[in-house]
Amino acid sequence: MNQPTARYTGPAIAAHWLIAILILAAFPLGLYMHGLPLSPNKLKLYSYHKWIGMTVLLLFVPRILWRLTHRPPAPLPMPAWQHKIAEGTHHLLYLLMFLVPLSGWLMSSAKGFQVVYFGVLPIPDLIGKDKELGELLEEMHEVLSWSLISLVGLHLAGALKHHVIDKDSTLRRMLPFGK
Amino acid sequence: MKIRHIALPAAALLLAGAAHAVEFKQVDAARSSLAFTSKQMGVPVPGSFKKFTAQLAFDPAKPTAASTVLEIDLASIDAGSKDANDEVVGKQWFNVKAFPTAKFVSTGVKALGGNRFEAVGKMTIKGQTRDITAPFTFKQDGANGVFDGGFVLKRMDFNIGEGPWSDVSAVANEIEIKFHVVAAPAAAAKK
Repeated sequence: MNQPTARYTGPAIAAHWLIAILILAAFPLGLYMHGLPLSPNKLKLYSYHKWIGMTVLLLFVPRILWRLTHRPPAPLPMPAWQHKIAEGTHHLLYLLMFLVPLSGWLMSSAKGFQVVYFGVLPIPDLIGKDKELGELLEEMHEVLSWSLISLVGLHLAGALKHHVIDKDSTLRRMLPFGK
Repeated sequence: MKIRHIALPAAALLLAGAAHAVEFKQVDAARSSLAFTSKQMGVPVPGSFKKFTAQLAFDPAKPTAASTVLEIDLASIDAGSKDANDEVVGKQWFNVKAFPTAKFVSTGVKALGGNRFEAVGKMTIKGQTRDITAPFTFKQDGANGVFDGGFVLKRMDFNIGEGPWSDVSAVANEIEIKFHVVAAPAAAAKK
């Protein structure tokens, strides 16, 4: 149990936790702001939510490039089915951390409310204003977001199971200040 | 006889157009538009007013004699979304129940050189009257006169957006207004 463990690389750890924090901030914010009556506060929260989402999308690019060029540490011993689920979850997490902000960006454009990063940098509209498409994208964004947060839950449950029950270093090798 | 009936006024009209300036008076509402852009959290959001009436008298040769009265049906606003449309007619914004229209009455027009002019006048919205200066260009398109101009309206000057909406960090104070007016010459060639 005290064998030295192969850890994730520094950039992989940084990107993992940064994106984790952003997702865990954007999701409840999105859920909360959606039902609010129109107010200056609502406009602000929507903007913050979009800025967080664009940040995830922005970080996703170097993260995926890093992942593709740096092998993660080999999986620790575990039953094959668990490994399969863990791997599948990882792939879907990558896919969704890209699709969720992308669908939000497209939805903003379709609804005629461009994303202006931090209120100063206009992000180009990839599609024009289109009410019906906007509503469709809204539904997609919602379904994808719920899928993402569910997978985050599964991912977290898996990590905790390894840490608490198996007492292996699956979680520790991803912790920022571990050894 | 019949031909002369048609031909004479037509010729007169052509002559009038060619020889000396015409006064443009009849606003073509269907081809005119009144648009605005607000900034919400730095995001430019376009909108427009679908209904407005304009009385106009403009002779490019005598701009100082020009005058206009513009009346805007505030309930005809399209602010970009249904939520926004429902909100801006309410008490804190335009309060259209108490103040259904906005009105601009020109007090003077001056030439700025070339096809550029400037109209000054009084804008009344929501019971508040302020001086407005609106530069515009004029060009002739066939028989019609086409006016394009705009100005920046400070919404807080007119209490547009009260209470929590007076927070200009959410919705900027400056609203960009753009007008496009197409007007036909005054009834044929009487002058």
